[in-house]
Amino acid sequence: MLSAHVGSAKIIAGGQSLIPMMNFRVVQPGVVIDIGRLLELETLTQDSQGGLICGARMRHNAMIESPLAAAGWPIIPQALRHVAHLAIRNRGTIGGSLAHADPAAEWALLAVLLEAELTLSSVRGDRRVAANDFFLGPLTTDLQEDEMIIQVRFPALPKGHRAVFHEVSRRPGDFAMAACAVILDFDGQQIRSARVGLMGVMDRAFRLTDLERALMGQRPSDQLIREWSADICGDIDLMNDRQASAQFRRHLARSLVARCLAEASGLHGTSGGQSHSATH
Amino acid sequence: MNSEPALQLSATTDDGQTELHDLWVIVNGEVIERRVEPRLLLSDFLRHTLGLTGTHVGCEHGVCGACTILVDGVSMRACLMLAVQANGLSIQTVEALGTPDQLNPLQQAFRECHGLQCGFCTPGMLMTASEIVERYPNADEAQIRDLLSGNLCRCTGYQGIVQAVMACAKPNLETK
Repeated sequence: MLSAHVGSAKIIAGGQSLIPMMNFRVVQPGVVIDIGRLLELETLTQDSQGGLICGARMRHNAMIESPLAAAGWPIIPQALRHVAHLAIRNRGTIGGSLAHADPAAEWALLAVLLEAELTLSSVRGDRRVAANDFFLGPLTTDLQEDEMIIQVRFPALPKGHRAVFHEVSRRPGDFAMAACAVILDFDGQQIRSARVGLMGVMDRAFRLTDLERALMGQRPSDQLIREWSADICGDIDLMNDRQASAQFRRHLARSLVARCLAEASGLHGTSGGQSHSATH
Repeated sequence: MNSEPALQLSATTDDGQTELHDLWVIVNGEVIERRVEPRLLLSDFLRHTLGLTGTHVGCEHGVCGACTILVDGVSMRACLMLAVQANGLSIQTVEALGTPDQLNPLQQAFRECHGLQCGFCTPGMLMTASEIVERYPNADEAQIRDLLSGNLCRCTGYQGIVQAVMACAKPNLETK
């Protein structure tokens, strides 16, 4: 159906990005294809290699409340608690968020940080794309006009890793001015492997690969963390808009990386984003 | 074309004529069957087609929360859903809560705690609060504030609203 209406059709799942854009007439699709009844896309399972297989229609709140995600990928519920508001989290989906590709979307950062693999489907067949190759710019992805996201796979993380997510926005639920996610795997007191991702500061979410390499084999301390975070985003152009200046975003990026690294290393109070958790 | 159960083509035209879609939905316990335009928003369907004007429309892009309703028991924005997307689902609007003579416990608490003034945000506040007392009855004040953050009030302030929800968000209190 999508291939029959190439150029004029939009897929709708949760509609929490598409319908506001339609209401403002920023987007005027000739045809809207509702995948809201495709229950096979609303599944969450684990494959034989321990990866998390997430159907494209999984809603944010279902992921927050999933014991499976919380057990192996605790960074996912931590980050998703910052997605908009309750009513939006009840309806918005992973596939919709990834396809929309807002530079300040938590799912985009998670996909890049966790090295997710997206399955894109069309009448031509399925293909798999790494998250890193999927995002091309703000609201721009590798998704072709006749394709839709059907599945996202998150590879297993090391057992016992530490994950911390922090975000700064004007009010809870507003778009992030900056957010940082850190995953550290320790061998005793030394960092065995590290992942550090930022979003909301550039046109897309990205990893600090130089820093990740530098962290390997290190034993974190307050002094080292200050040094590591001092130069972050020094040589790249950051977003400069009404929300926040590039200079402020640079400051936020450095502060957030330092805070996440410290908490993941057990150096400061480890609130780890739990202050916002809606436990029940 | 629209008999396909899984995939619904929700906007098609032939010679400028919009094809209408059959909609079957439960609203406040009552089965409603209508033929609607695919582009009709659920908020407009509730207000204009059904005359349920308790659901308010503020920003029409999901920010203000005035149009919040319950869809299958969880809060959603009526302005961010097409009416056809509600096909087969159960919807509750503020009209489902209490009557002027017999307020439900949340409405009573809003009255007692001065949780409303002009009343524009109130239907949305009440529906979000309904989900909070139902699904997050153990939420503390900070969590309640966080869960309510998607509903904007521009006159009363949030103090009374939060107090009203706290008064009702107790596991043993009767809520509907």
